[in-house]
Amino acid sequence: MTRRGGPPGHARAHTRRGAGSTVVGVVGELFITAGVLLGLFVVWQLWWTDVQADRVHQQVLADLDWAEPPVQDAGPDVAPERHDEPPVLAEPPEGEVFAKLYVPRFGADYVEPIAQGVDKATILDRLGIGHYPGTAMPGDLGNFATAGHRTTYGKPYHQVADLKEGDPLVVRTEKTWYVYRVTSHEIVYPWEVDVISPVPGLQPGDEIPELTDRLLTMTACHPMYSAAQRYIIHGELDYWAPAKKGVPAELLDAGILTDASGPAGDGKVA
Amino acid sequence: MYGLLWRALPGPAWLRVLILLVLAAAVVAACFEWVFPWVSEYVPMNDNTVEASTP
Repeated sequence: MTRRGGPPGHARAHTRRGAGSTVVGVVGELFITAGVLLGLFVVWQLWWTDVQADRVHQQVLADLDWAEPPVQDAGPDVAPERHDEPPVLAEPPEGEVFAKLYVPRFGADYVEPIAQGVDKATILDRLGIGHYPGTAMPGDLGNFATAGHRTTYGKPYHQVADLKEGDPLVVRTEKTWYVYRVTSHEIVYPWEVDVISPVPGLQPGDEIPELTDRLLTMTACHPMYSAAQRYIIHGELDYWAPAKKGVPAELLDAGILTDASGPAGDGKVA
Repeated sequence: MYGLLWRALPGPAWLRVLILLVLAAAVVAACFEWVFPWVSEYVPMNDNTVEASTP
C-alpha cells in the first residue's frame, strides 16, 4: 500500500497540513474574504447610502421650518400665477439649504432639499440636490443649474429620465414658488459644461449676451450606475407665486401638499 | 487563517461562535462607517456634475 492510499484518522489529517497546502488554504481564505468585502461594498453603496441620505434629507427639510401657505377648510389656496419680475435670493454660502424641489412626475411624496454647492462629499452625498455656484438663483435671468444623484445617496434625480416636455418642476424658497416646465433633455459628456451656462450652448469664455430667459437645468449621471455621461434636463420658468398666497395648482392637482396645514399653522384657518 | 483564529479563541464552541459574530459585526460596522466612504471617493460610478477640468 502506498502512502497516497492514506493512513486512517490522525495521520491523514496531519499529512494534509503541509506547508504548500497551508499557503493555498490561506490564499483561498483571503480570496473569500475579499469577495465578501466587495459584496458588502455593493450593499453599502446601493442600499445603506440611500438609508443614510434619506434620513438626513428628511431632517434637513424638517429643520427649514418655513411658514406654510394658508389653508382653508377645502384645502390650501391655489397660488396666483404671476408673470412679472420674480423676487430672486442672493446666493447663499456654501452648504446652506435654500430651496426645496417638488416634481409631480416623481411621485406625490417627492420633495428634496436644494443646497448651495456641488461638492460631492459634503453636498451631493449628504444634503441632496446641489446648486452650481455662480449660476443663476431660482427665478433669475440665466440658468438655475443643479446636480443630483440618479443612483445612491438618496438618489433625488433617480427618475430624471421619466420627465416629459411640459412637466412642472416646482422650486420653493422660503417666500416664493417658482414653477418651471421641462423644455428638453439631452445626454452629454461630463466635460460639456456649456449645458449649465446662462444660455445653454455658450462656451466658457464666450461673451455673455443680454439674458432674456429664466432657465433651469438638472444634471445627473448617465447611464445609471456609470459616470460615463450626464443626463441633462432643461426647463424654463412658467410663473412664480408668493408662498404666503397658496400652493401652485400643479402640486395640488398632483395630490401634493393638499393637506398642508403646516407645523402649528402659520397658515390661517378660515 | 480562520482556523488559527478559531483555535486562538477561548471557551466552548458556542462562545467562540458568539465572539466571531460580534467581531464580524464590528468589521462590517467599521467598513460601512469609515472604509467604504473612503473607498467610494476613488470609485467614480455616480458622479453627476459637469466640470470644466478633466484630469
